Amino acid sequence: MKKTYKIEVDCANCALKMEEAAKKVEGILDAAVSFMTQKMKVEFAEGSDEKTVMEQVVKACKKVESDCEIYL
Amino acid sequence: MTKKQKRVLCRIVAAAVLLAAVHFIPVQGMLKLILYLIPYLIIGYDILRKAVLGIFHGSVFDENFLMAVATVGAICLGEYAEGVAVMLFYQIGELFQAVAVGKSRRNISALMDIRPDYANIENGDGKLEQVDPDDVEIGSIIIVRPGEKVPIDGVIEEGSSTLNTSALTGESIPREVQVGDAVISGCVNLSGLLKVRTTKEFGESTVSRILDLVENSSMKKSRSENFITKFARYYTPAVCLGAVMLAVIPPVFHLIMGNPASVTMWITRALTFLVISCPCALVISIPLSFFGGIGGASACGILVKGSNYLEALAQTGYVVFDKTGTLTKGVFEVTQVSPSESFREQWGDGASHKLLEYAAYAESYSSHPISKSLKAAYGAEIDNGRVSGVEEIGGHGVQAQVDGKIVAAGNEKLMKALGISEKRNPDVGTVVHVAVDGIYAGCILIADVVKEEAQGAIAALKKAGVRKTVMLTGDSRAVAEQVAAQLGLDEVRAELLPGDKVAEVELLLQEKSGKEKLVFVGDGINDAPVLSRADIGIAMGALGSDAAIEAADIVLMDDNPQKLAVAIRISRKCLRIVYENIIFALAVKGICLILGALGIANMWIAIFADVGVMVLAVLNAIRCLKVKQ
Repeated sequence: MKKTYKIEVDCANCALKMEEAAKKVEGILDAAVSFMTQKMKVEFAEGSDEKTVMEQVVKACKKVESDCEIYL
Repeated sequence: MTKKQKRVLCRIVAAAVLLAAVHFIPVQGMLKLILYLIPYLIIGYDILRKAVLGIFHGSVFDENFLMAVATVGAICLGEYAEGVAVMLFYQIGELFQAVAVGKSRRNISALMDIRPDYANIENGDGKLEQVDPDDVEIGSIIIVRPGEKVPIDGVIEEGSSTLNTSALTGESIPREVQVGDAVISGCVNLSGLLKVRTTKEFGESTVSRILDLVENSSMKKSRSENFITKFARYYTPAVCLGAVMLAVIPPVFHLIMGNPASVTMWITRALTFLVISCPCALVISIPLSFFGGIGGASACGILVKGSNYLEALAQTGYVVFDKTGTLTKGVFEVTQVSPSESFREQWGDGASHKLLEYAAYAESYSSHPISKSLKAAYGAEIDNGRVSGVEEIGGHGVQAQVDGKIVAAGNEKLMKALGISEKRNPDVGTVVHVAVDGIYAGCILIADVVKEEAQGAIAALKKAGVRKTVMLTGDSRAVAEQVAAQLGLDEVRAELLPGDKVAEVELLLQEKSGKEKLVFVGDGINDAPVLSRADIGIAMGALGSDAAIEAADIVLMDDNPQKLAVAIRISRKCLRIVYENIIFALAVKGICLILGALGIANMWIAIFADVGVMVLAVLNAIRCLKVKQ
């Protein structure tokens, strides 16, 4: 399943870091962050719970870029 | 400016004023340090915080860390003013970048802003009510007033008007519509009031699909972007290592040689090194260039589904066309009417028209495309009373009584069966022979008409450096070769079954040299497998065709093949800008790094190398947005 979230991030490099971090979260098959459209597209692994996985994603992203925002 | 950016601006102003003030206060020692620390902390507290957090989270070598080390280092060395200034200018640069990027992002979005905000629905008392288009159900009646956008795809129930489709297609000629016509969301109603019965939900409507497609396009990253991501991963640690070596090795070397170590000087140089190193200019300008290119293209009615496709398009070597609907109009038209000599003697100047009339009447009961094109060419209304005794002869043609005369219209086989000798026609196409009362009256040539722009499109592709143009078609060899010669195509593969097209494309893929890309252009109907097999699949005439939008990598909203060369031009320009930025940024940084190591470049040049280069790269990237039509 794929889903797109609105995000807020200030620099392109930070967007890259968020993408890397999101990809490593368990339950995420693939993630792509577009700095230009300020959006994060996430593909969830089969059977993973969207809500808990996204909480982990937010946590991981905050870790690499404390200023970022993901609107769930 | 956003709230966040305004706050940063306030901090910049405050820090700058304080810095200037502190500069004129004559104090020394501890007190001076404390006074300088005030503006430093105002401007840099968030950077310091992020740097510390970064270390705890294991991402050590980011730009926050670099700036923190550089400025703290400068302050430790007693260069208070310089340390604060570096942080100040770094923040100014960051702010400028954020504002510039935000602005260009909004510009591009505005270019693509075809999203309708509301739909008009008539409520109980006959008054118009504006509702969210998302809430309109299929089959509802919506009202589109002049000047408004059509919010949802549908069919006109009442009214007629002209529609401006330029936001979707880049085509400026308005389209006439009337009752029964399908209208597509995103068009602007120019003249009359329209009542439209919706046939789709808002989310499935053309406008939503296009927006979705363009917005997601920057998710598919180009090779250059991936290169920079990888590059940044090695570059930053490498520069940090370089800085450490610069701070340690020369002093140690000097000590061994018995000279003074001058540790301070080498550490200053190492810090300069760190400031120069930030990879931001590269990381920001490349996606921005592609985003601009995609935005500019969509304003011309060219939808590119990903940066990777825009990048690949620049290397187009082979362009393979489907014939029908791509190079030709895909509708059959009467292209030639040639009455026989005896018929011409009988009817004089009106012979051609009379011949068409007989043919059209004889075929009037048929719904075959050929009879349709005959009727279209005849133009006048068919009076059914004049026709009787229609007899269809399968595979041959038709025989009917028109105005009491026996008219036979059909192919050569029909003439042969009737024992009438027909004249051979040298031109290719479908020929309808006509005989009246057993006497040969002449023939009518019906052919698929080549688009007016097709020849120019092929020439433009050649000019853009496309090595080979190939046409694939299921039509007969004679027809195909005539079209190819007319348009100046290099190769033709005729008489192909639908499945053969994939095989032909595969052969061509093997034939081309490694770096070249093969583009397949089709109308999106029945050629989805070929579209996906080619390096880049382009569907044209896609307005309203969901299948085409789905299957292709690039979608031309109208059916003008000249847009192909425009797309290639946009792609080339975009890539040129990307390479300019990569080379410019790396060159300036490389030179500054060397100058920094040698002690020629000071902190100020270092800041230019970081922030200045980034700003210039961003400004250059914005040029991608502009497209010469």
